[in-house]
Amino acid sequence: MSEDFVFDGWRRADGRMGIRNHCLVLATVACAAGVVREVGRRLPNVVAVEHAHGCGRGGPDLGLQIKTLAGLVQNPNVGAAVLVGLGCEVVSAALLKGVLARSGKPLETVVIQEVGGSRKAADEAEDVARRLLGELESLPRERGTAADLMVGLECGGSDTFSGLTANPAVGKAADRLVELGGTAILAETTEMIGALGPLLKSAGSEEVAAKLKANVERQETRAREILGPLAGTVLAPGNVESGLTTIAEKSLGCVAKAGSSPIREVVDYGDRPSSKGLVVMDTPGYDIESLAGMAAAGAQVILFTTGRGTPVGFPAVPVIKISSNSELFEAMPDDIDLDAGTILVGKSISEVGEQVLDLLLRVARGERTRAEINGQAVFAIAQEGPAF
Amino acid sequence: MTVLGIRVHLRDNVAVVAADVQSGDVVRLDDGGEVPAIEAIPRGSKVALGPIVCGEAVVRYGEEIGRATKDIAAGEYVHTHNLARER
Repeated sequence: MSEDFVFDGWRRADGRMGIRNHCLVLATVACAAGVVREVGRRLPNVVAVEHAHGCGRGGPDLGLQIKTLAGLVQNPNVGAAVLVGLGCEVVSAALLKGVLARSGKPLETVVIQEVGGSRKAADEAEDVARRLLGELESLPRERGTAADLMVGLECGGSDTFSGLTANPAVGKAADRLVELGGTAILAETTEMIGALGPLLKSAGSEEVAAKLKANVERQETRAREILGPLAGTVLAPGNVESGLTTIAEKSLGCVAKAGSSPIREVVDYGDRPSSKGLVVMDTPGYDIESLAGMAAAGAQVILFTTGRGTPVGFPAVPVIKISSNSELFEAMPDDIDLDAGTILVGKSISEVGEQVLDLLLRVARGERTRAEINGQAVFAIAQEGPAF
Repeated sequence: MTVLGIRVHLRDNVAVVAADVQSGDVVRLDDGGEVPAIEAIPRGSKVALGPIVCGEAVVRYGEEIGRATKDIAAGEYVHTHNLARER
């Protein structure tokens, strides 16, 4: 398959390859959300992103916000962006544009307080976005290979079957991708609690092992401080209803997504890995924030397994949904792209892993995922401290 | 009735049932062996493959997922009422 694993994408100025060519209209602060939403209504072809961040936080959180918002603009699936700010916020359009000065992408700013209010800002952002959309259409495409792909691995709404079907199948696909020269990111530190044993066996170096151990222990300590006796579970109610009992049980199933490649590097939230192959990112277990960290690092596509079912998608980054059981696939057919429940009735994990890899390639070649078709895109950034 | 049970690792002392189990049903493991269920077990939940004494490790994926909080008999339903992760 290695010779066949090719797709036509968009090579960005930093050398990375997009599998989509989106114009992002991004609020730099929550106060600009309404304007961004209005532009998204007028121009369905843009990716309009609003969020609750951009001001009113301490330094570490603002740093995470700037890194993640800038990372999203730099994601290779984004070809151009309109940054919409209010004018008096910390994470202003000018600040973000400055951070992105060397991105090589067309970036425009619209500031609500400078152009005379929200209606005028929406008009101006619409005009600018329309022009950028036109420019993006003429960008040439270039041949990409597995080595150009960074794939984020995620599970949400896990059940007891997740660790038996969908996650090991995604693990096989991740192994194949890594063999072909690509990169896979295992995230969700919360869902590594209790699974350090197998993770440390995969650590590619002592440095990787030490960082993994430190991250997981810190997350467990934090869970104990915040949740008290509930820290042994850290499960959502749906996980428990499905038969999962402890966080370790959930985690051991979750890390099966990573397959059996050696872990080359452990990066912080939203940071771009310098290695190819399997890498681990320190993110919360909360799906939306975890996806944002991987997208900011440059993941062009997400493999997302689910046992209970979730419609979640992400702005500019296709999310491929894989069900752990066929009942879910039948119950939520419009939200799930592939059923790994077939493993429970005789398909091998390797066979379904090949199906996952094949679907990944089709999506890299432009096939739209269910979440893309449904316009499902949510965005949130991991935060440490309280709001001020 | 016979219901499929999935054991990932030979060291595991629980298996996941692929369908709802009634008391008296036989859980047949995909890798050989079977255990009669002594109570109802919902689909996706765990059945004890042998007796597990209070305080003993409950093992799935070949790894400890927690400890038995009471004595568990072979064929018993294993969930939050008799399993917890403690330090």
